[in-house]
Amino acid sequence: MRLTVDGQSVFVYTGNSEHIHNQSAVVFIHGAGLDHTVWVLPSRYFSRHGFNVIAPDLPGHGRSSGVGLNKIETMADWIIALLDASGVEQASIVGHSMGSLVALATAGRYPDRCRSLCLLGSSIPMSVTDELMNSARNNEHAAIDMLTYWGYSTQAQLGGNENPGLWMVGGTLRLWERARPGVIHSGLQACHTYEAGMDHARAVRCRTQLILGERDIMTPVRYGRELAAKIEGSQTTIVKGSAHSLMTERPDEVLDALITIV
Amino acid sequence: MSKPKTFGFDTLTLHAGQQPDATTGARATPIYQTASYVFKSTDHAASIFNTERTGHVYSRITNPTNAVLEERIAALEGGVGAIATASGQAACHLAIATLMGANSHIVASRSLYGGTHNLLQYTLPRFGIDTTFVDPRDSDAFRDAIRDDTRLIFGETLGNPGLEVLDIPTISDIAHAHGLPLMVDSTFTTPYLCQPFELGADIIFHSATKFLSGHGIVIGGLLVDGGLFDWESSTRFPVLTEPYSGFHNMRFTEEFGPAAFITRARKEGARDFGACMSPTTAFHILQGMETLPLRMEKHVANTRKIVSFLNDHEAVEWVSYPDLPDHPDHALAARLLPRGCGAVFSFGVRGGRSAGQRFIDKTELLSHLANVGDAKSLVIHPASTTHHRMDDAALEAAGISEGLIRLSIGLEDSDDLIEDLNRGLRAAVKG
Repeated sequence: MRLTVDGQSVFVYTGNSEHIHNQSAVVFIHGAGLDHTVWVLPSRYFSRHGFNVIAPDLPGHGRSSGVGLNKIETMADWIIALLDASGVEQASIVGHSMGSLVALATAGRYPDRCRSLCLLGSSIPMSVTDELMNSARNNEHAAIDMLTYWGYSTQAQLGGNENPGLWMVGGTLRLWERARPGVIHSGLQACHTYEAGMDHARAVRCRTQLILGERDIMTPVRYGRELAAKIEGSQTTIVKGSAHSLMTERPDEVLDALITIV
Repeated sequence: MSKPKTFGFDTLTLHAGQQPDATTGARATPIYQTASYVFKSTDHAASIFNTERTGHVYSRITNPTNAVLEERIAALEGGVGAIATASGQAACHLAIATLMGANSHIVASRSLYGGTHNLLQYTLPRFGIDTTFVDPRDSDAFRDAIRDDTRLIFGETLGNPGLEVLDIPTISDIAHAHGLPLMVDSTFTTPYLCQPFELGADIIFHSATKFLSGHGIVIGGLLVDGGLFDWESSTRFPVLTEPYSGFHNMRFTEEFGPAAFITRARKEGARDFGACMSPTTAFHILQGMETLPLRMEKHVANTRKIVSFLNDHEAVEWVSYPDLPDHPDHALAARLLPRGCGAVFSFGVRGGRSAGQRFIDKTELLSHLANVGDAKSLVIHPASTTHHRMDDAALEAAGISEGLIRLSIGLEDSDDLIEDLNRGLRAAVKG
């Protein structure tokens, strides 16, 4: 469906179902340069199980207009505006990678709007190497290569997709190649400069779960655990064998974990 | 972190798509010879059916052995996904039937495998799909043949049997400028010799019976989606952009992004047309693909020696192979096929049809049969076999003379092949 947020047209994937009044809502926030398609499987699941799914393409991403935002807090404000435009007072907020920081900032700054929180492939800090940042700034394909290959475990780079017949690396490369110029860079910049993460973590008041990839080299488990330690009562699930691209590498394990928190 | 190191082509031919079996530790890809799969619960079943969870339902649609093969070819081609089919013909049909229905049109090279020509010329018109055939060397002809109802541009990386080299970059530019995808049959070149997606193609299919397998013991096809074509910007493909009532109003481009085409091909075409590959066949093809780089290298090396021998032989009227400087596509081949032009080529024996027949009847090592891409060397007379349904005009248009002989050079010792060819040529000359 389409909504207008901050004067811009926003595409929201709903799991291919109409929203039903008074159902609980769940928001899925994608990572830098990506779009709602990374959430298709869980979106379809939750929409069939009594939830109103809100999986937006962030500004400048996918089918949404506007330009990529370069601050996590600005994106969190945008999520609240999105909830307002959707007529949703409170929702489960789920985010991956950069989206996890947006989810954290949303829960930390607007605790009354969050029923539960799930952070996938998350860490504080989420710093970005100079090499990646410079490549992204110059819109070089090398940035897409780095994000794609660093995002998968060695085994996943060879394949063995749980989703039969699809080549994980190829699909991820193509998705990032669709990003408009500058969008990946603005997202990475937002991750790199996000300094209030631990403060926001301490301000979270809802049930929280972190889903971390055992072999994630972009947001290593060790930093994810440090973040979890700052969120009162949070639970952590480690997905064995998976790297950063959790929803692609281990879609069913991720869904099982999401079901416990959403 | 240093720059990512990616796996090379040879490594992917051995490993892509497979993780050692979690239960048994089996290193080789097991043959999952099963029709169906047990669900954990009714909700688990519903979740798989509704594309909420991954998993297999029925081997007509997906199978774990086939999935390894599908991922492997997608990895080698640089695509997003693939579907293993009962034959190369089934792969070609699956692509066409996914993209279009009645009142649609294809622009195709006129230099095609005879079976493909039959499908386009005689069979698909019964279902309202027409084809305009054009000279594969005339890129303007592709452009001029495009109509409002055109849905696909199609050619072979190397034409059959004339070995016209398809100018994929130029023709894909023409296709894309008209909101159309370019599909190529890459059977003769395999991903080892040609990477059509890098050159601009959008969809690839293979007869995996040929070089990909190499052993000539199975029939199979592979359809590969590059994930590159912008289906939404084109207004010609509501099958991918509009809700599909056959799957709860699924919108393929909206939900699967770059994998929209291959997902619809599986969810509709594999489900409804049912031309699936046997898992045992997939296993056999995988065994062949493990040696693809080694075999293709020797196929090309042997072919170059044989071409050189024939080109110098007094009983040979002409040899058509893009490696030769006098081939019309020599320069294009050097650009698009730097590793070689494959192992299938044609030549003419002096003396026409009867001389050609004497040649074939006298050879002993070359196998006279209707196939290419085997590890064993093969020979055939297209005018009387693979292309026999084409009339004289169509044969001439496809560059097939009565005396044309097609060879598929295998992996034997080249000296033995040359001796056999010499025996055949002596017989042809004697009359």
